[in-house]
Amino acid sequence: MSVWRLVVREINHRRLNFLLSLLSVTVGVACLIGAQTLLKADRVTTGQLLNDRQAEIEIAVAEKQKAVEKAGKELQDAIRKQMLGLGFNVLILPEDQELSELHLNGTMSATMPEQYVDKLAASKIVTVNHLLPSVTKRIHWDERDREIILVGTRGEVPILHRGMKKPLLAEVAPGKIVLGHEIHKQLELKVNDSVTLNGSDFTVSAVHSERGSVDDVTVWINLAAAQELLGMQNLINAILALECECSGDRISQIRAEIVSILPGTQVVEKYSQALTRAEAREKTKQSAEAALAAEEKAGQKLLTQERSARRQLEDRHAGFAAVLTPLVIFASLLMIGLLTFANTRQRTSEIGILCAIGLTTPKIMFVFLSKAAVTGLIGGLCGVGLGLTTGVLLGGLPSNGITLPDLFATGGLLTTVASAPLLALAMTGIASWVPALYAARRDPAAILQGD
Amino acid sequence: MLLHIDKVSKTYRRKSGDVCALQDVSLDLDAGEFVAVRGPSGCGKSTLLMTTGGLLGPDSGQILFNGKNPYELSPHARAEFRGRSIGFVFQQFHLVPYLDVLDNVLAPSLAVASTSNGVRDRAHDLVKHFGLMKRSHHVPAELSSGERQRTALARALLNEPQLLLADEPTGNLDGKSADTVLSHLQEFAENGGAVLLVTHDERAVPFADRVIHLCEGRIESNGS
Ligand SMILES: Nc1ncnc2c1ncn2[C@@H]1O[C@H](COP(=O)(O)OP(=O)(O)OP(=O)(O)O)[C@@H](O)[C@H]1O
Ligand SMILES: [Mg+2]
Repeated sequence: MSVWRLVVREINHRRLNFLLSLLSVTVGVACLIGAQTLLKADRVTTGQLLNDRQAEIEIAVAEKQKAVEKAGKELQDAIRKQMLGLGFNVLILPEDQELSELHLNGTMSATMPEQYVDKLAASKIVTVNHLLPSVTKRIHWDERDREIILVGTRGEVPILHRGMKKPLLAEVAPGKIVLGHEIHKQLELKVNDSVTLNGSDFTVSAVHSERGSVDDVTVWINLAAAQELLGMQNLINAILALECECSGDRISQIRAEIVSILPGTQVVEKYSQALTRAEAREKTKQSAEAALAAEEKAGQKLLTQERSARRQLEDRHAGFAAVLTPLVIFASLLMIGLLTFANTRQRTSEIGILCAIGLTTPKIMFVFLSKAAVTGLIGGLCGVGLGLTTGVLLGGLPSNGITLPDLFATGGLLTTVASAPLLALAMTGIASWVPALYAARRDPAAILQGD
Repeated sequence: MLLHIDKVSKTYRRKSGDVCALQDVSLDLDAGEFVAVRGPSGCGKSTLLMTTGGLLGPDSGQILFNGKNPYELSPHARAEFRGRSIGFVFQQFHLVPYLDVLDNVLAPSLAVASTSNGVRDRAHDLVKHFGLMKRSHHVPAELSSGERQRTALARALLNEPQLLLADEPTGNLDGKSADTVLSHLQEFAENGGAVLLVTHDERAVPFADRVIHLCEGRIESNGS
């Protein structure tokens, strides 16, 4: 006969005592495991939530980034196509031209010979790539009864020593007219319409979209036609020099070179329309960058808020567990102790006879502690099951996408769960020790004479 | 001489007063002898038995078992001595309520290391010998008083003790059952064991080799 047989028979005989002890252990261990599972579930959920949020933010930021890149590319493109294409531009004017007239009215009254442009083109000028002679005058369009700026241009004059470059601006062909935005809009003119300008007939070859400058009230025709219309044969008001290639103090270099070829002229830097557009694009790019920064900042703020909310939840759970777990374990220990004590009282006669038949004190203790071990082991396993279930349910698993294996993926919980039965064993052992010692130390003579 | 009890005295000291249960009790017992100690209730019979069985140390005098005083042994060694050399039978049986007859008989094997097969065979033989075969898988609550006492007797004999100590083993039994138990005790003595029976039951007298009268803790007559 082994002690285990005795223990099993006794458990089977006094089931209530055993079940209550088992319940005590189970509840104690379940509380510990449940709390640990919940805390772990909290941590894993937090990790996942923050990861998800981070991913969302990253996607949003990436979108904004793309917008910034696109804006940047557009800007670069614009600069390349228009700024770089045009270089920067200067206006060559007769020395006596009042700049205030040009700036206030968009027109010029001083003139210079048209051959100046040919002279410049024939020179060895290096700082200028394209030359456009023009006349510009504010006139009254009699047929339409309105004020306009008339520009006559003859297209590009090739710079001889370089050969003809790809023309940057097409000339306005004879008999054609190009209209600024305000004009074609108000006069309801479109491409191929015929118009008469102060007695001369033209066909509309192009209409410009809005530029927000004097261009909007300007019409362009061929230089010769304009000279004739204005009675300015062989005279021009200005030469537009485009794509000036200079670095450093460019304007003074260009000015020096031009004036040396064409004395009696002045050189004015012309603020390019392309620059305005580039600036607008720069603004777009800047606002896209600002949006990106704002998105990043908002994302970080959201993340911080989420993190602190989760931390609060975790702290609350941890605080609760820190109080509840020791309390429940203490109550379990007390309960196990009391139940073991009650068990020793029930087994008084048995203790007496075990003593009489020669069981030593440690062996009698062993009988009680073996039962405690069985209780602890089974209760520990039940407690692990119950605790995991409770923790999983309280932790909101698996609806939040986290599974039980996720909780075990990183250490901690696995160790706790694995050591729980041992802990339960220790719990029942400690709680049963005193009653078992009390039982083993009882006076068998008194017991056996009693009843 | 198997058992030599020499001027043993025992007084229970309680707050309510001292009770002198044994006073200068001397008694010798040989192997194969069946001695009955008779006396009225409260005369110290149970105290004598506990003292003899190594469960209750005397205040003075000594007990020698095979020339050795068990109270000079450590509690651990004394427990082992009880397990090996002494068998107890009580009026209240003191059977383990959740073990069946066979397991109750086997209980002393918890104390004494023995080959499990050998001890099971012996338990089986004892159950058979005491006519408990049909009851071997019944728990004490399902047994008659006589069957319970025979189970207790079988348990006492499992480890083949040299001395059997019986405290009122027939107190709860009818005539026939009492006779059965007493004849088993007699049989044990005839087979070389020593029996010390304490009882107030007259029915024991014919079975005993010697009857001693105890009165208020003193031996009154050491007759035959
Ligand atoms: N544990 C004890 N504490 C105090 N007094 C005790 C104790 N056990 C027995 N006594 C007293 O010692 C005396 C002898 O008791 P004991 O049990 O030996 O008598 P007994 O002859 O066996 O009686 P009975 O025939 O009724 O069983 C009694 O007066 C009893 O009251
Ligand atoms: Mg008695």
